[in-house]
Amino acid sequence: MAKAMTSTGEAAATLERYGLTDDQLRAIFRNMLLQRQLDNRGFQLNRQGKIPFALGSEGHEAIQAGAAMAFKRGHDILAPYYRDLGLAVGIGFTPLEVLLSLFARAADHNGGRQFPNHYSSRKIGMMSFSSILAAQIPHAVGAAYAIALRKETGRAVLVTFGDGTTSEGEWHESLNFAAVHKLPIVFLCENNQWAISTPLHQQMGQPHVYKRAEGYGLPGESFNGFDPLATYDAVRRAMERARSGSGPSLIEGTCYRFLSHSTDDDDRTYRTREEVEKQRAMDPVPRFEKILIENSILVAQDADALKKDVLRETNEATDAAEAMPFPEAKDLYTNLYEGAWEPWQ
Amino acid sequence: MAVASPSKVMTNVEAVRSTLYDALKRDDKAVILGEDVGNRGNVFLITKGFIEEFGPERIIDTPIAEASIVGIAVGMAMEGLRPIAEIQFADFIYPAFNQIVGEAAKTRYRSNGEYTCPMVIRTPYGGGVRGALSHSVSVEALFYHVPGLKIVVPSTPRDIKGLLNAAIEDPDPVLFLEHKRTYRLIKDDVPDEYFTIPIGKANITQEGTQLTVVSYGLYAHQSLEAARKLQDENLSVEVIDLRSVRPMDRNAILDSVRKTHKLLIIHEDNKFGGVGAEISAMVAEEALFELDAPIRRLCCPDVPAMGYALPLEEEYMISTDRMAEEMRAMVRF
Ligand SMILES: Cc1ncc(C[n+]2csc(CCOP(=O)(O)OP(=O)(O)O)c2C)c(N)n1
Ligand SMILES: [Mg+2]
Repeated sequence: MAKAMTSTGEAAATLERYGLTDDQLRAIFRNMLLQRQLDNRGFQLNRQGKIPFALGSEGHEAIQAGAAMAFKRGHDILAPYYRDLGLAVGIGFTPLEVLLSLFARAADHNGGRQFPNHYSSRKIGMMSFSSILAAQIPHAVGAAYAIALRKETGRAVLVTFGDGTTSEGEWHESLNFAAVHKLPIVFLCENNQWAISTPLHQQMGQPHVYKRAEGYGLPGESFNGFDPLATYDAVRRAMERARSGSGPSLIEGTCYRFLSHSTDDDDRTYRTREEVEKQRAMDPVPRFEKILIENSILVAQDADALKKDVLRETNEATDAAEAMPFPEAKDLYTNLYEGAWEPWQ
Repeated sequence: MAVASPSKVMTNVEAVRSTLYDALKRDDKAVILGEDVGNRGNVFLITKGFIEEFGPERIIDTPIAEASIVGIAVGMAMEGLRPIAEIQFADFIYPAFNQIVGEAAKTRYRSNGEYTCPMVIRTPYGGGVRGALSHSVSVEALFYHVPGLKIVVPSTPRDIKGLLNAAIEDPDPVLFLEHKRTYRLIKDDVPDEYFTIPIGKANITQEGTQLTVVSYGLYAHQSLEAARKLQDENLSVEVIDLRSVRPMDRNAILDSVRKTHKLLIIHEDNKFGGVGAEISAMVAEEALFELDAPIRRLCCPDVPAMGYALPLEEEYMISTDRMAEEMRAMVRF
């Protein structure tokens, strides 16, 4: 079967588009561009001394844009993790909302309380999560249980996580529970092959997360996470299965973390430049652009116009967010309980 | 003429590193396990180069799974190794709560002494570093309630060396909490030779007659700074750095209170049920009639943690000026 690109990154002769229209294919590409642009903006602002911390998702554009296309807005629920910038904007989180998070402004969804990249929005069905790895996975299972209990067919939960996170007990316990109850949930592993400095072979005894599915009694599948269309296909099928009441799946896309873990990390201390360069050569963003152009879905001028457009959008969001106020000291005390509170009554 | 014993100036983070290094050199039963402690040499570079020198068998890059990091260390300790487990940030210690509270702390007790658990769990804690909700918490009060654990909260490079050595030597589990804001902020002379500081012995960092201030961690430094400012105003404050909160140095506190007749406790952990509550209760039980003023606790607010936005962090943390103000008010009471 022809894919948008093979695992070695070569363009295939004919494009397998999995039923996606030209507009949808261009939307996936635009999302990838927007993710990269917003990502870069975080690092720029950090270098300018305007924000103390940034964390990039370069290398995750394809897996996230593809998965976002398989998400049914207004129906499905996303339980993301901190590297899901592209998934967030792909399901309707706006660049302004991203920048408000980076700048920790009062109007940010969590009021500037959490680190950047901890996006959530009840309006679009994106659940709040903390920095504690794997803690969101049982929450996602609980949300899936709620959907199932209310017999809301046509809805499912998409929960995402990195390869390293699959070592936590909560990850395993969650898969087991979801399998026992055949819940409407898809477990999507964004396997970028590193967890800060820990490579896959030190994280797990065999390098395929999806293979664990069998042990829990649910279907497992892997795909090329540099390929947005293969991702779309795998996530769509798994989500359809979940929405139709046939139960959970564990799917795994292989991608790569092009950057250091965050601005507090320096990956030169633990991995070779050769390895990173080899992966960079398969960068999904220019690859997908090339494929769309070769298949006459996009002309070069359109691509340039899209790039200008996401830059404009990012700039506008940056200016608007920067001009907004920080939370105030008094905001430290709100929303701990419902209403006013004191530990002594 | 006294001959100065050889020493080196180092930061808190360097003191952790060099003490761990010496421990690995001294005792081949010592192993370090935790996330990113090998290849990267810990996120603060504390164990940088260790894996090359001591090998991956003794410097173990674990999967991301805190419950098993601690649980496996418990098993190692039961079988005669000297594990030094690391939790990358104290905020991530919760998955290991069962293994620390339910297992490590109870191993000796439940086996009636047949099995013991001589291990150290090190973890960076505390705020003032823009760490937001999940890279800034203080966890000592969650654990100091637990019989069977020892909890050390050192503040200086010298104390880190002496207390970490004591923790590694200790026959029982020790939670070793390193305030991450002090890592590069605090620098001091540390003797080269091996030495230990007994766990449970406080340090009187300034003598005074009008007020006792008890603190630890980052605020041990800030309260000392505030007390020194007050000297210029002819106010005399005694400052105690607890160094460990379980066991806690009852005599140091009581002797001081009997001298100054006033007690102020300052800590970063929130107030309700915090370390200050135990100190207040103990002093009320043992020395109530020595007091010339109500005991006061200056603590961070009762919210889960400081927010990421600067105004939220600043509102949460206690400034040195606020400490000085509180001290002034108490001396004048
Ligand atoms: C419970 C817990 N333990 C440790 C950490 C520290 N930590 C943050 S990200 C990370 C690596 C996660 O790797 P992975 O799951 O592969 O996701 P990636 O960052 O590669 O996308 C670690 C160890 C944490 N946040 N929470
Ligand atoms: Mg990873």
